[in-house]
Amino acid sequence: MTDYKPMELMICVAARILEDNAIVVVGTGAPCAAAMLSQKTISPNLTIMFEAGGVAPVLRTMPISVGDSRTTHRAIMTSSMPDIMESCQRGMVDYCFLGGAQIDMYGNINSTMIGNNHAMPKTRFPGSGGANDLASLCHKTLMMTPQDSRRFTEKLDFLTSPGYLTGGKSREEAGLPKDSGPYRIITNMAIMGFDEESKRMKVLSINPGYDRKDIQENCGFELLWADKITDTAPPTEKELDILRNVVDPNGYIIGR
Amino acid sequence: MTTSDKSSSMELKSGKNELFTDPNPDNARDFFKNKSRSLKSKLSTVENVVKTMVNDGDYISIGGFGANRIPTAIIHEIVRQKKKNLGFAGHTSTHDFQVLVGGECISKCDIAYIVGLEARGLSANARKAVQSGKIQITEWTNAVLSWRLKAAAMGISFMPARSMLGTDTFKYSAAKEIECPFTGQKYAALPALYPDFAAIHVHEADIYGNCRIYGASVSDEDLAKASKRVVITAERIVPTESFRQAPSSTIIPFWCVDAVIEVPFGSYPGNMPFRYYSDEEYLMSWLKKEKNPEEFAEFFKQQIYDTKNFYEYLELNGGIEKITKLRAIENLIDMGEK
Repeated sequence: MTDYKPMELMICVAARILEDNAIVVVGTGAPCAAAMLSQKTISPNLTIMFEAGGVAPVLRTMPISVGDSRTTHRAIMTSSMPDIMESCQRGMVDYCFLGGAQIDMYGNINSTMIGNNHAMPKTRFPGSGGANDLASLCHKTLMMTPQDSRRFTEKLDFLTSPGYLTGGKSREEAGLPKDSGPYRIITNMAIMGFDEESKRMKVLSINPGYDRKDIQENCGFELLWADKITDTAPPTEKELDILRNVVDPNGYIIGR
Repeated sequence: MTTSDKSSSMELKSGKNELFTDPNPDNARDFFKNKSRSLKSKLSTVENVVKTMVNDGDYISIGGFGANRIPTAIIHEIVRQKKKNLGFAGHTSTHDFQVLVGGECISKCDIAYIVGLEARGLSANARKAVQSGKIQITEWTNAVLSWRLKAAAMGISFMPARSMLGTDTFKYSAAKEIECPFTGQKYAALPALYPDFAAIHVHEADIYGNCRIYGASVSDEDLAKASKRVVITAERIVPTESFRQAPSSTIIPFWCVDAVIEVPFGSYPGNMPFRYYSDEEYLMSWLKKEKNPEEFAEFFKQQIYDTKNFYEYLELNGGIEKITKLRAIENLIDMGEK
């Protein structure tokens, strides 16, 4: 078996989720790499959008900003931020990717601050940017993140972007679009989904080299487990070859 | 769920932070009623625009996105003229915010994204300013700030949207939940944002302020309409005839604009789509300098206070020679050297 890094596995798993003919909004970094890899493997007609207005670019190199020229390279259209976000709100966008400092059992994400005083936080992060909008408005939210018990926490310091809020029907009751929300959380250890009723995070698949104990020990809340847990398929030779030599030849995302 | 059983049980929440600007559309109309509609030359200078169009305490907004298509000359001049207590619309504002924070110009900020520089990392200064409480913050999101500008551009007082609901982002905003009179659907009502001043960098403008932008327009169409006073810096001034030959490419019309300045390479060190890429080395070195306050103070003085204008600043950082390199990077052309 070929050797690979955790980040490479997470990108490959994400790329396999993005099906052909879907629309995904991505940011810079790993999500962009996943969308590019998906286009070059299983989903040649995956449409990529960037929140500043890039629509269906042919990505030749990785953007540094979600509004830089790379996001419109040979694009079908150069649009605007309201246009992209309104497409999400209208229900035309299938997937988005989020990142954050903390995530809870309902897939709510904190990318704003650590501390308990909003006016003077202990640590300030960038904040929502477009994350809250995407998590509110796209059909399915994906997240790639390393897993540890501080990041996967019982209680967020700040709820920046909505997952299933307090579980059950609370997301829809808050006014957010029905049948939308977190879909898959991809970590270095496992792939999680969410229970249909309680909307709590549920382990679906275990990555090579980890077991149930590792996954629960590196999570600050109690995980649910699917009836049938699968083994995550490691990256194939072909996926790794494209990822390393075509998508990210400089190793910006996957490292050298 | 039907309309009736939803509305009876609906509890409507309000964000608790401050609304920095007046969303009243009649007050805006009073202003726009007297805004000049004349087709006259609006050519001006950076110095004069900042002196006459930006007041201490104004609420300002910068066009573009991140470090892409930013009006660097105006941002620098606001710092040089030591404008203070400004309010700021921070929807993915990166290097522009970094400069204004370096000059301690901002005291209130509608925040969606100002602390990070996207894939480059986080600004130590922006972070410090927010963590210390020096800048008063109200939370929003990128789309929400766009839609607040759109509401103002439409001449109304709010826009309903499905962002922010159920989150702390809403709780620390100044939005209010409302119920749709037709469907009973819950929305976040987003107050219209009418900035006092906006600066937008474009590819081409004529002397009257008609503008063309190539690439993503971000929120700039609405920003130009929503703002009371608008300055355009342009890569180049072109004849009005070029707009008359291709009117569908006009993105901002003259009557939204109060001043026009030709500033070639004016988005440097930011990216200008189709023209030149961002100067990543420079942006990374700025981030690094911020980690040492003394070193940064010296750097900031040398870059901004000690340069007379944008051209001196550009010269200091490599001038046209640097631009030619950034142009090759932008166009993915291998020039055979670094």
